[in-house]
Amino acid sequence: MLLEIKDLSVYYGVIEAIKNVSFSVEEGEIIALIGANGAGKTTILHTISGLVSAKSGSIKLSGKEITKTPAHKIVEMGIAQVPEGRRIFSQLSVFENLKLGAYTRNSQAEINESLETVFSRFPRLKERKNQVAGTLSGGEQQMLAMGRALMSKPKIMLLDEPSMGLSPLLVSEIFDIIKSINKSGTTVLLVEQNAKKALSIANHAYVLETGKIVLGGKSEDLINNDSVKKAYLGE
Amino acid sequence: MEKLIPTLIDGLNLGSVYALVALGYTMVYGIAKMLNFAHGDVIMVGAYTLFVCITTLHLPLWLTFIIAILVCSVLGFIVEKLAYKPLRGSSPLAVLITAIGVSYLLQNLALLFANTKYGMDKQFFSSFLNLGSLKIGNVTISGVDFLIWITTAVIMVGMMLFIKKTKTGRAMLAVSEDKGAAQLMGVNVNKTISITFIIGSALAAIASILFAAKYQFVESTMGSLFGIKAFAAAVFGGIGSIPGAVIGGVIIGIIEAFSTAFLPGSVNAASDGFAFVILIIMLVLKPTGLLGKQTTEKV
Repeated sequence: MLLEIKDLSVYYGVIEAIKNVSFSVEEGEIIALIGANGAGKTTILHTISGLVSAKSGSIKLSGKEITKTPAHKIVEMGIAQVPEGRRIFSQLSVFENLKLGAYTRNSQAEINESLETVFSRFPRLKERKNQVAGTLSGGEQQMLAMGRALMSKPKIMLLDEPSMGLSPLLVSEIFDIIKSINKSGTTVLLVEQNAKKALSIANHAYVLETGKIVLGGKSEDLINNDSVKKAYLGE
Repeated sequence: MEKLIPTLIDGLNLGSVYALVALGYTMVYGIAKMLNFAHGDVIMVGAYTLFVCITTLHLPLWLTFIIAILVCSVLGFIVEKLAYKPLRGSSPLAVLITAIGVSYLLQNLALLFANTKYGMDKQFFSSFLNLGSLKIGNVTISGVDFLIWITTAVIMVGMMLFIKKTKTGRAMLAVSEDKGAAQLMGVNVNKTISITFIIGSALAAIASILFAAKYQFVESTMGSLFGIKAFAAAVFGGIGSIPGAVIGGVIIGIIEAFSTAFLPGSVNAASDGFAFVILIIMLVLKPTGLLGKQTTEKV
């Protein structure tokens, strides 16, 4: 088990945002968390990354407890996040953003190697290497955010709403890229409102409603589940 | 007319010292997003440290300088840890009031110390740094003047390179733009902010050395007006911008020197205020300051 979340509860003040959530991610998988706005998907990713602290429960990475590990150490342990809204450093260049992605790594040779991999995956980032990131288009910013996360050479990549604000054509392109990143060995935990797209690439998925997991299973089973169809697939 | 060049030299001296203090303001504001109103008082602490080391302890000059820089750096570090860090995430007003509180605390501690030890707040240095002088025509430029200008220029360029070229500098830029995203890159935000305070305070210590070498006095309240002027300089140049802080500092210094030298006697006393009038005009014309960036947030 690469990532194991058990009985996780998270509070914002007195409000319980996540209630006893448990799920796990096997190495090499794509796991999707789907659910409406405000269901707690982002909170779960922020808790895994250490930006928000858990009230109770545990998060384990390869069997190692990381629930109380500070955010900056979690990256080093192999969890990278592509946050909601991309949150690239808009005043820095594309190249500087990518270098920040490799902040926790020390070997310049290995960093250069990752840089080449990222550039070959996202040729457009190479063309715009010296451009200020804030001037990129939405799709390019999403690619930069993903490239930046890959620069830490993560074991698992957490993706928060990668389709947000993108045209359907670009959404398909981004999902193809996610699939290919997964194929080359990175485990993916994907949070999406676009349930149809998410279920189309995930092995397993969980449905989150007001902080609780109400349903989970293989993606193909969920696609055919009546309540999922009605609530999330618009059928 | 014969006052022109000496006044300009005065202005450059004052302005350079303002610039060094403004650098600390601008870095802390840019990175921790707070106005550290106690920053000016750090140069007062630096100046007292020099005074004690030179006049009372008779230490060698180089050691004195190192001690002043160390004392200020440690002070900056401790103040951030004890007073500001616990307030991270609370309202900017709470942090601002705390900073004003720290400022008065430092002033009063210095006052207490000076009164007990020397029986008087304001103290004068004997001239401790003599570097000769250069005479061009009928204008004399002292070695200390040159030292002030060169130090400021070197520090400005050094800081720009540090931010642009080093890993810590890049971490500072990342924290400045988005603390959460910086954490997701593996940047230790608390450590980065501590480093910023330490650097800012070390620059204030250097400013205090130059100030003491040139103006040869120290008093407990010297930091507060100094701090406000340096803050004005940082805003004038565009807060967050390193070259902006230096240019702002030099401009404020020159305006002050010229208004002291050329305004008629009765208005002269208001020369401190004159720089602020220029600041207000500047902000009306260009609200982001001279080199400040207009940040457009793209979602």
